[in-house]
Amino acid sequence: MENRPLEYDYTVAKMFMFTTIVLGIVGMLVGVILAFQLAFPSVNTFLGSGLAEFTNFSRLRPLHTDAVIFGFTLSGIFATWYYVGQRVLKVSMAESGFLMFIGKLHFVLYVIGVAAVVVSLLAGVTTSKEYAEFEWPIDIAIVIVWVLFGMSIFGLIGIRREKALYISVWYYIATFLGVAMLYLFNNMEIPTMLAASPAGESGIGAWYHSVSMYAGTNDALVQWWYGHNAVAFGFTVPIVAMIYYFLPKESGQAIYSYKLSLLSFWGLMFVYLWAGGHHLLFSTVPDWMQTMGSIFSVVLILPSWGSAINMLLTMKGEWQQVAASPLIKFMVLGSTFYMFSTLEGPIQAIKSVNAIAHFTDWIVGHVHDGVLGWVGFMIMAALYHMAPRVFKREIYSKSLMATQFWIQTLGVVLYFTSMWIAGITQGMMWRAHDEFGNLAYSFIDTVTVLHPYYTIRGIGGLLYLIGFLMFAYNIYKTMTAGRKVEESELQNASPMGA
Amino acid sequence: MDIAEIQAYGYFGLTAFLVFVLYSYIYHLYSTDKKEGGHDYENYSNIALKDDIEDTPVSTISDDKEK
Ligand code: HEM
Repeated sequence: MENRPLEYDYTVAKMFMFTTIVLGIVGMLVGVILAFQLAFPSVNTFLGSGLAEFTNFSRLRPLHTDAVIFGFTLSGIFATWYYVGQRVLKVSMAESGFLMFIGKLHFVLYVIGVAAVVVSLLAGVTTSKEYAEFEWPIDIAIVIVWVLFGMSIFGLIGIRREKALYISVWYYIATFLGVAMLYLFNNMEIPTMLAASPAGESGIGAWYHSVSMYAGTNDALVQWWYGHNAVAFGFTVPIVAMIYYFLPKESGQAIYSYKLSLLSFWGLMFVYLWAGGHHLLFSTVPDWMQTMGSIFSVVLILPSWGSAINMLLTMKGEWQQVAASPLIKFMVLGSTFYMFSTLEGPIQAIKSVNAIAHFTDWIVGHVHDGVLGWVGFMIMAALYHMAPRVFKREIYSKSLMATQFWIQTLGVVLYFTSMWIAGITQGMMWRAHDEFGNLAYSFIDTVTVLHPYYTIRGIGGLLYLIGFLMFAYNIYKTMTAGRKVEESELQNASPMGA
Repeated sequence: MDIAEIQAYGYFGLTAFLVFVLYSYIYHLYSTDKKEGGHDYENYSNIALKDDIEDTPVSTISDDKEK
């Protein structure tokens, strides 16, 4: 080969950017459909009653959650890893044919896994464990994909030039290890074909079905240890990895306190793993475990705010950048929403608050101010920052990005405010009773009252989806029609066309 | 001493231990910062800020590996 200077190789990053956008559109579109189904039940049969099996709420809900978590978010994590990893370790994937092969294989198997998940969920094949719906053959495929991700991380670390591991790398490693541990333990399952019933029948059910290895309360405990930490290691840790790289880089500001980032890292790692019990308050798990879940949830504010404040203070003295750049706006609002939902979560984990909040829409509101305002904003910001670097073109339109920012912010606000009101109303109505202990309302009374809020949530979600489509269009135009830029323009603030 | 009392002492002890670990770590971070043989922690921010492939690493893995 001719003597070309060494460059970072973004082939695999680009592939995952593509799935981030596609699966984001799919997952959020399904979310919007779900939201309107809750407001207007007739939407359950929007493709006619013949196809109702595939379009009803219960069939689509896991498709939404899994598409946005394991599709959109995970692709975003992979895309940013294959970008950030090379840069902070100062080594190019082009230097290792092996790592390049692993990266591509990682992508191909991931896409096959996603296809299997979509088909099986639409077909109604599920283990019925939330966020762990996949049956054992798919679980095995996912484990392989994950091992490949690990090989990429540690392989790249192995050939690095930069000795110190940047804080984002710590967070990516934690994501890898955390999810590996959680996923393996929660998905311990026995294929039904191997099981025998007490009556002595064997080979029960289809070959792909399985039952959890844990029973009863134990199953619930493992499930929510997993479920809560899926939030930790899917929605928090890797997103913090992103903001620790992209915000300093885009703004040209050093992290406010690198030492604080290390301290919060260990704090987060230690505290998060104990908080899952808050999903099972007032259930059959031992009382002390519930209390522990509550306490650790409250303590969790500290390391969470440690990272978030560190990010906001990184902008110290540079706040004019927030006004000037929509890209910085996404990240600053993202860390603000992170602070906000990590305060809201602990409040909901307090037993007396949880007595009202549990099973209500307030929880759904909480989930979405986190995922829309923090996870979604940060992943889009990361891709916006990456686009000019991987395509060597300027971001197609700054004004489109700014418009998108405001549309989506309005969408998030409509989403969580409507769910707050709906949730608290619901919680109060469910528990209201007269002096003899008779319930004051029947279930349908709450449904009637909540209808307007469900409609508002649907509109909020629709705005967010519209914004996401604008994002997809902007990236597409950047790739195909953006002005070509020189390396020298790519130092900090991303170049943007009008 | 019944089990509840043992738990209470255990709980107190564990909390004290964790507080100790936390403050030791903070002390460790500040005492090794910018010291001989320690790390210059704040300088690590430059790993992200100066991340072109031609930039000199903030701390090189070894001299022979670097071209
Ligand atoms: C266009 C934007 C979105 C809309 C309209 C939307 C809508 C919905 C709806 C209607 C539900 C079901 C709530 C229920 O059962 O009562 C839901 C659940 C959920 N969504 Fe979304 N969603 C959106 C985006 C996202 C994104 C981007 C993520 C994650 C990255 C996400 C994560 C979740 C999770 C984890 C749940 C389950 C919550 C729980 O079980 O408490 N959503 N969403």
